[in-house]
Amino acid sequence: MSAVVAEHDDHHADEHHDHGPAKGLLRWIITTNHKDIGTLYLLFALAMFFVGGTMAMVIRAELFEPGLQFVDPAFFNSMTTMHALVMVFGAVMPAFVGLANWQIPLMIGATDMALPRMNNMSFWMLVAGVLLLASTLLMEGGAPNGGWTLYPPLVLQPITIGKALPFAVFSVHLLGISSIMGAINIIATIFNMRAPSMKMMDMPLFVWTWLITAFLLIAVMPVFAGAVTMLLTDKFFHTSFFNAAGGGDPVLYQHIFWFFGHPEVYIMILPTFGVASTIIPVFARKPLFGYASMVWATGAIAFFSFIVWAHHMFTVGLPIAGELYFMYATMIIAVPTGVKVFNWTATMWKGAMTFETPMLFSIAFVVLFTMGGFTGLMMAIAPTDFQYHDTYFIVAHFHYTLVPASIFILMAAGYFWLPKWTGHMYNEKIGQLHFWLSAISVNILFFPQHFLGLAGMPRRIPDYAVQFADWNMVSSIGGFIFGLSQLLFLYIVIDTIKGGTGEKVTDEVWEGASTHSLEWTLPSPVPYHTWTTPPTIVPTEHVLDSH
Amino acid sequence: MNKIKKLCVGAILMALGQEAAQADYKLNLMQGVTKVSHDIYDLHMLILWICVFIGIVVFGAMFYSIYHHRKSKGHQAAQFHENTTVEIVWTIIPTLILVGMAIPATKTLLELDDVKQSDMTIQITGKQWYWDYKYLDNDIHFESHLDEASEITHRTKGADPRSVPNYLLNVDKPLVIPVKKKIRFVLTSGDVIHSWWVPDLGWKKDANPGFINEAWTSVDTAGVYRGQCTELCGRDHGFMPIVVIAMEQTDYDAWVKKTLEQQKQKPDLSDQSREQLMAHGKSVYLKNCVGCHQIDGAGVAGLIPALTESPKVTGGIDPLLGFLSAGTSKMPAFSKLKDNEQAEVVTYIRNALGNKVGDEIQPNKITPVYDDD
Repeated sequence: MSAVVAEHDDHHADEHHDHGPAKGLLRWIITTNHKDIGTLYLLFALAMFFVGGTMAMVIRAELFEPGLQFVDPAFFNSMTTMHALVMVFGAVMPAFVGLANWQIPLMIGATDMALPRMNNMSFWMLVAGVLLLASTLLMEGGAPNGGWTLYPPLVLQPITIGKALPFAVFSVHLLGISSIMGAINIIATIFNMRAPSMKMMDMPLFVWTWLITAFLLIAVMPVFAGAVTMLLTDKFFHTSFFNAAGGGDPVLYQHIFWFFGHPEVYIMILPTFGVASTIIPVFARKPLFGYASMVWATGAIAFFSFIVWAHHMFTVGLPIAGELYFMYATMIIAVPTGVKVFNWTATMWKGAMTFETPMLFSIAFVVLFTMGGFTGLMMAIAPTDFQYHDTYFIVAHFHYTLVPASIFILMAAGYFWLPKWTGHMYNEKIGQLHFWLSAISVNILFFPQHFLGLAGMPRRIPDYAVQFADWNMVSSIGGFIFGLSQLLFLYIVIDTIKGGTGEKVTDEVWEGASTHSLEWTLPSPVPYHTWTTPPTIVPTEHVLDSH
Repeated sequence: MNKIKKLCVGAILMALGQEAAQADYKLNLMQGVTKVSHDIYDLHMLILWICVFIGIVVFGAMFYSIYHHRKSKGHQAAQFHENTTVEIVWTIIPTLILVGMAIPATKTLLELDDVKQSDMTIQITGKQWYWDYKYLDNDIHFESHLDEASEITHRTKGADPRSVPNYLLNVDKPLVIPVKKKIRFVLTSGDVIHSWWVPDLGWKKDANPGFINEAWTSVDTAGVYRGQCTELCGRDHGFMPIVVIAMEQTDYDAWVKKTLEQQKQKPDLSDQSREQLMAHGKSVYLKNCVGCHQIDGAGVAGLIPALTESPKVTGGIDPLLGFLSAGTSKMPAFSKLKDNEQAEVVTYIRNALGNKVGDEIQPNKITPVYDDD
């Protein structure tokens, strides 16, 4: 899609009776403004990115050389568990909710989110949930150390976990409620608050992908909450859902978990697709290729995400019919995912490209996400997964789909929209430096992990046989460079908020951006209240012929 | 030719007792030593080359575009935004490739699943943190623990792992199987979920408590094949390796005979000197206790009690033997320990790990709590 605004004099009218934000700290606690809440989500996610990243540095430091270096194996297991939980639930998901809060109302011509008070509540429940989880680090027996998947019986075992389990479970409940409220809010906003002239197929792809993601969240977060509640009752109320001695089955937990867990990975990647589909056309100065097929591919991926969960469990002892079905179903996902990659490439094709930092991160995303997709396809083949499963090969796979994919796109989004939000331009030189350091080091970090996995190194081990030493050292060096490089991003965010290069950005910020999406027709920085008069969407020619 | 060379080099290195070949890093999946592992390797290479090919086409187009279609070169943006023909083409071609992939994958999967008509069956039980092997056809039954050198090295800060041959990939008693026989494995667990993986055999299979999984192998060439547990199973998950020795049938038969004879021998319950008790006790401790109570007896804060200065350890011997053979709410029962082993380990923990009770107990003083035969 590509819509232009025919007429709006929104901000001119606003200037005279604008109720600005409350003063002082209280503003941030009681705010119901979608922009304030978006900022809170994004800054919180950034803080958690560094917390989770610090844990990753501990992991890479211990794995720098074979032998016992710094940490106890149980603490190492806590680090892998907490790194995953903090990054998934504290960094990536909240960051995308933050983007949704900022961008969806701006992109669809809405004054705010549909349910502003609930919006505030879902943010503060997120903070409470993450703090509850983090508090387990200080507890007797340490933080959860059975892996982020929390598989029983390990996670229920008294010699493995101390007092942390109920705290982790209640934390998951809080995070789940927060996510569900956020999802309800997004759906309500998109369905009800669009500018009257904006049809569903006029919506920017970021809005579409978030709409579909929100339905995934509502469908699967309760499943995860249910699974961990069963862990809680197995542990404290003598039920036997997952205990074979009482008639239960530990593998049942894995089915329930991955029924949540597989859509969950798409919850982290679908909005990523949306942002990439927003940024690439702007810098290619071309409309997005295949808008309608992008929407359908997103829907198809979301649908398939519900029916492929047991490909995480090929070695668990599934019946042969199950193995075959889950293998075929998983392979099918490659088709709509391929369509997306082809569409992004076709969007760049014959464009007039420039390579500012957001575009660089987006191109790196397309290339490196595709690499993660390739290894995903390799693991979909069940017999080969019997070799790859639970080795560093899969660690490399999912980090390729998360770090140079979701995280890179979040960086791209930051560089892309910060000038709009703050009215200041970031320092392009430092931005490019940040990109090149990140793009090179992330490959030094994760590419050798493919070799390690194929050579036979299992995941989640604090020490390893000496033939794995060389690549682990390379990977750790890449990790340290990647970790340190991210401090540049922190610097740029602070610097841009404080005034950046001092260059006053235009309303459009990026050349021609206003023909792609509504937010670029608003002033920079975006006023505290926007679209009090809804804009009128005039479909451009190709939107008409895509109907 | 290459294979023969490799075999010769391997044989020489094995003769030297140093499998330096293991120290070479590898970049690709191992081909393995079974028909199935070769099939899996072929599938792996096929899908890898397909991915490389698609990658070259897609990234090639992208980088061509990035190089030529840039504003700085004065390229004018086209405004096309869809093309039904290419969209159909790039939906159908990947689908066909996937169908082409699914056919050999299905064949291999069906082959892997077929455990029928096996020549022998071995039961594998994963336990924290060792493997328990039981040959169901001839009653051979033993535990396979991490070897002592690796055990001590990985628990000692500053120790050099490179000085230990096959560091973390060596065991005290390897699993022995005959070559060219179809061996069926039944896998289960005594506590949490483990997963049994020897890359050269081509597969891994989870060992689930309360349930039984099946798998099979038939090894073509005699040799030593190493692997590890691949399902997170607690603090020592990284320290329960697997070693499989595949032997020619005659060697295997001799091994079975020898092992059965050893198994029938009654434990030596004669008195030992204090030094002997302590030395043997340390071995028993390293195999059975160190995973939880740690090498210095300090336990783990908040999870596992310390043995150092614990009144349960330094107090009466009879209650201590009671804990040992009956277990507690957290500790499994160690009734599997023979009387001499119980005497040795009790003497050890009362007089090492920072404890100095000063007494000793001889094997013939142990009253069996359970008869575990």
